[in-house]
Amino acid sequence: MKTSLKWIKDLVPGLDCTPEEYSDAMIMSGSKVEFFEKMDEDLDRIVIGQVKSIEPHPDADKLVICQVQIAADGESVQIVTGAPNVTEGCKVPVVLDGGKVAGGHDGSRTPGGIKIKKGKLRGVESFGMMCSIEELGSNNDLFPDAPEDGLYILPEDAPVGDNAVSYLGLDDVIVEYEITSNRVDCFGVLGIAREAAATFGKKFTPPEVPETGNSEDVNSMISVEILDTDLCSRYTGRVVKNIHIEPSPKWMQERLRAHGIRPINNIVDITNYVMVEYGQPMHAYDLSTIEDNKIIVKRASAGDTFVTLDGQERKLDEDVLMICDGKRPVGIAGIMGGENSMITDDVSTMLFEAACFDGANIRISSKKIGLRTDASAIFEKGLDPNNAIDAMNRACALVEKLGAGEVVGGVCDVYPVHKDPIKLPFEPEKYNKILGTDLDADTMLSYFGPLEIEYDKASNELTIPTFRQDLLSYADIAEEVARFFGYDKIPTTLPKGEALMGGLSPKLKLEALARDVAEFSGFSQIMTYSFESPKVFDKLLIKSDDAFERKTIEISNPLGEDFSIMRTLPLNGMLTSLSTNFNRRNKDVRLYELANIYIPKSLPLTERPDERMQFTLGMYGDGADFFGMKGVVEEFLNKSGIGLDADVITYEPKMKKHDRPYLHPGRRADIIYKGEVIGYMGEVHPMVLSNYSIKARVVVAVIDMPFVLEFGKDHAIKYKGISNYPASTRDISMVVPRDILAGEIEGVFRDKGGAYLESFQLFDIYEGSQIMEGFKSMAYSLVFRASDKNLADEDVNAAMDRILKALDTKGIKLRA
Amino acid sequence: MKTKLQEIQEKAISQIEKAQGADALNEIRVAMLGKKGELTALLKSMKDLTPEERPAFGQMVNDVRAVVEAKLGEAKAAMEAAEMEARLSVEKIDVTLPGKKLSAGHRHPNTIALEEIEDIFVGMGYEVAEGPEVEFDYYNFEALNIPANHPAKDEQDTFYITKDILLRTQTSSCQVHRMEEGRMPIRMIAPGRVFRSDEVDATHSPSFHQVEGMAIDKDITFADLKGTLAEFARRMFGDDVKVKFRPHHFPFTEPSAEMDVSCFKCHGKGCRFCKGEGWIEILGCGQVHPHVLEMSGIDPNEYQGFAFGVGLERIALLKYEIDDMRLLYENDVRFLEQF
Repeated sequence: MKTSLKWIKDLVPGLDCTPEEYSDAMIMSGSKVEFFEKMDEDLDRIVIGQVKSIEPHPDADKLVICQVQIAADGESVQIVTGAPNVTEGCKVPVVLDGGKVAGGHDGSRTPGGIKIKKGKLRGVESFGMMCSIEELGSNNDLFPDAPEDGLYILPEDAPVGDNAVSYLGLDDVIVEYEITSNRVDCFGVLGIAREAAATFGKKFTPPEVPETGNSEDVNSMISVEILDTDLCSRYTGRVVKNIHIEPSPKWMQERLRAHGIRPINNIVDITNYVMVEYGQPMHAYDLSTIEDNKIIVKRASAGDTFVTLDGQERKLDEDVLMICDGKRPVGIAGIMGGENSMITDDVSTMLFEAACFDGANIRISSKKIGLRTDASAIFEKGLDPNNAIDAMNRACALVEKLGAGEVVGGVCDVYPVHKDPIKLPFEPEKYNKILGTDLDADTMLSYFGPLEIEYDKASNELTIPTFRQDLLSYADIAEEVARFFGYDKIPTTLPKGEALMGGLSPKLKLEALARDVAEFSGFSQIMTYSFESPKVFDKLLIKSDDAFERKTIEISNPLGEDFSIMRTLPLNGMLTSLSTNFNRRNKDVRLYELANIYIPKSLPLTERPDERMQFTLGMYGDGADFFGMKGVVEEFLNKSGIGLDADVITYEPKMKKHDRPYLHPGRRADIIYKGEVIGYMGEVHPMVLSNYSIKARVVVAVIDMPFVLEFGKDHAIKYKGISNYPASTRDISMVVPRDILAGEIEGVFRDKGGAYLESFQLFDIYEGSQIMEGFKSMAYSLVFRASDKNLADEDVNAAMDRILKALDTKGIKLRA
Repeated sequence: MKTKLQEIQEKAISQIEKAQGADALNEIRVAMLGKKGELTALLKSMKDLTPEERPAFGQMVNDVRAVVEAKLGEAKAAMEAAEMEARLSVEKIDVTLPGKKLSAGHRHPNTIALEEIEDIFVGMGYEVAEGPEVEFDYYNFEALNIPANHPAKDEQDTFYITKDILLRTQTSSCQVHRMEEGRMPIRMIAPGRVFRSDEVDATHSPSFHQVEGMAIDKDITFADLKGTLAEFARRMFGDDVKVKFRPHHFPFTEPSAEMDVSCFKCHGKGCRFCKGEGWIEILGCGQVHPHVLEMSGIDPNEYQGFAFGVGLERIALLKYEIDDMRLLYENDVRFLEQF
């Protein structure tokens, strides 16, 4: 929404403020000013001049030398111009020596303006410049009488010597507001002016609208019937005959221009003017095209088509409300009139329409039809039906004032669902309690008068004007009090009452731990989108339609295929980020992410999906191997309390539940705890890497955080005594069949090591020429210790015997 | 005997003074004081003396021994000090060489900003809660006073899954979940991802983060809202930051406001950073609408309070002077490493 500041000041006499003061005050009372533009910011020393004589330039074919009168007393200056349309006697805007224009005649704007100085053009002195409308910062769309190219020729009665900027109405300030959807009344200049008056403590003087119309009765000429009253709460119509089309007066054109509206003719301008002023769109039909002198407001039928006044054929359905005559539709309600009933220059009698349509329906219809107009943009906010009749009468008053035609007496007003002002109790204590203020009742009441909220002392009730659709409860009234008392004057306090313990949930604490471990291990945090393309499954080699990853939640209105499904695994985001880094030649990159995957419980979705927080790590470059990653995973799981008690975390090369084709089949593991797959890790499959254009080995790990939270929550830290007796260490070097995993050997240690086995550590693994084909060499260091004595050799030997015997059954021998 | 003792003492001192290294000192000790040392031998010869002479002689031997031992000790200490001196001087390093790089990873700027916000509010007794990202229409809109066909519903370009299930457009849905729990009073913040169908550009992303806040008790006022959020702004942006509350409209709060902070770059004078306004819009807030309380089962005649919502990316971009939102989701380590 924008308004001319001059217009506001006309409606609020005595309002004397700079645009800056206006803007600051309006912002603080709730009409948010986005910005304002002084139309004459870059214009200076521009007067109305008259060309008295024209002589050819001695040295230039395209230039002429003009003597231009620039003052009422006859003072003239010489100006050389190349304008094609200059004629003797014409009146033009003239910028004098030392003045400024806003831009070039091609319509380009120069911030700060262009300074004009006297000078010589091809040797002939020139003391200024005659201007085109573009040089004045406007255009011939808003000034239709200005030529496409050339000087802006002013009317013959323009007073020579006067300020041309004021004469053209360019001495105005355009204020642009952000009006929130609840303040429908502020989509009209009158609504803004009312707010301005209340803000500055001045009187609001809306235009006086006299009775209009001749002695005839419009109801004998036309009848209106609303069939779908749910979509049209009021329809008013009046008739104007003996129409005389001509340009509207200068004052009206100026105001329309200030609002960016091109003046066309008196009738069109009146409807636009009233729309801007009252925030009520109007429409005019050529009455001679209306069949049976009847207007019927009703829904279209599915499959209907209709040609709007822009010549386009529109497809309709049964939700679209139509204005029809006795035989056919003549307009799409609230959106656009029809070609078949539009006003032309030879119209003699017209029907003016000001109605109130259901906002939601207009919004939906306008979307369906794909046509959003100035009118529909206002209607869709849901208007006050009582405003319609005021706007109608204002329009007819303007018709009479402008001599645009003869208004027929009476009004055709169908108003099936009457809207009355609501009443609310006046509850000053409640307002104070919400606001934390201590204002007295009279102070509060003093704010209401300018807002046209009436107070009845006898009933202690406030009557809310119907244009304030946003005032429905005591909280809304409290806001009115706050706005005009001043948000800045409300005290600044801290809540009193019961003290509360704040803090993070266990889930968030676990995520903080994950961040700490990851960052300690050199991983940096990334964030990627929750939605992605269904094509990622191909990139990740997930072929089977039955794979759980492909059972995705689809967004019905995505930004595009690339953002169309909710992710079911976090690897695409990780690999895409690693790829970005790899292809920018960033070395040795380690990244982690904490974000949800979305697993539907059923499809199509009828309940919320399972949102599972995933802790995803990925790396390439120095140190990026399986075991480097495994160390990080182990560190995190241990810190989170998993695997510290009796149960052991295992890493299974055979995928337990899901295929995970995106991982290297020989370098991957499911991470298992208490029988559950709590995560997986491994090198990324070389084909996947190639799909992501990464030419390095990438290792990833994904930890399913809900399991970690669940299993880790019971772990309580308990101190175990530290033995004062020395440890006894035995190193063993074994020849192991190649397929036996370290995990199996360690299982034997755990099973057979007995109470004295404290720890064990792999210190060498070797495969090669000195070892038999099909075997590998592995060396472990085993540490034994008792808590209550010095261990004797026999104690350790007994444990070692048990271990070696068990290893032997697996074909594992001590290395000779 | 006495002369002999004198000789031994002089000889020992002279040897000690000439000795080089700890080993030489040790040899002297053994030669003089050891089991077969000279002084020991002399002590053994005491049996040849008369009982009357013995104590005086014993005393003399012990005196010599003490002198030699003291001398040995001094010499050893001096030698060690010299050795230490020499070692320290050899071990001198160039302390201006660069430190060895620790390769700890870096936290995402969003998270850093979020943790700061969490710290501030946890300190004021707020619990940190979360809510679902895939949400029912009811929690995202209806329970927040945005019924079907409300214009505000159109203003937030919503991603829908089905007619009733959508990607939440605001963390305000967490207000509803928390109120439905029924535990009173409420002091909560709820951070999380939200989604709106905005094309990606320097200032928009279809997925971003908000932090919702809510405080409900018997008499939490708009003045309390101002005080709480002003305190938040000071801790977040510095003690000299000023705040301004402007009237605004949100369907689920009444009265509603937007909070601006004075530009922390130009301190309110107006600069490119604040687009010449001197103020930067930070968050939306207001007193929870009585109807919203009521819909979630809270009696507005008994309880009242405020709610607010902050855009996390907005805070991170402002605070760290990041000029393009896309950087936050591109994950280039050269960006991440700056935090």
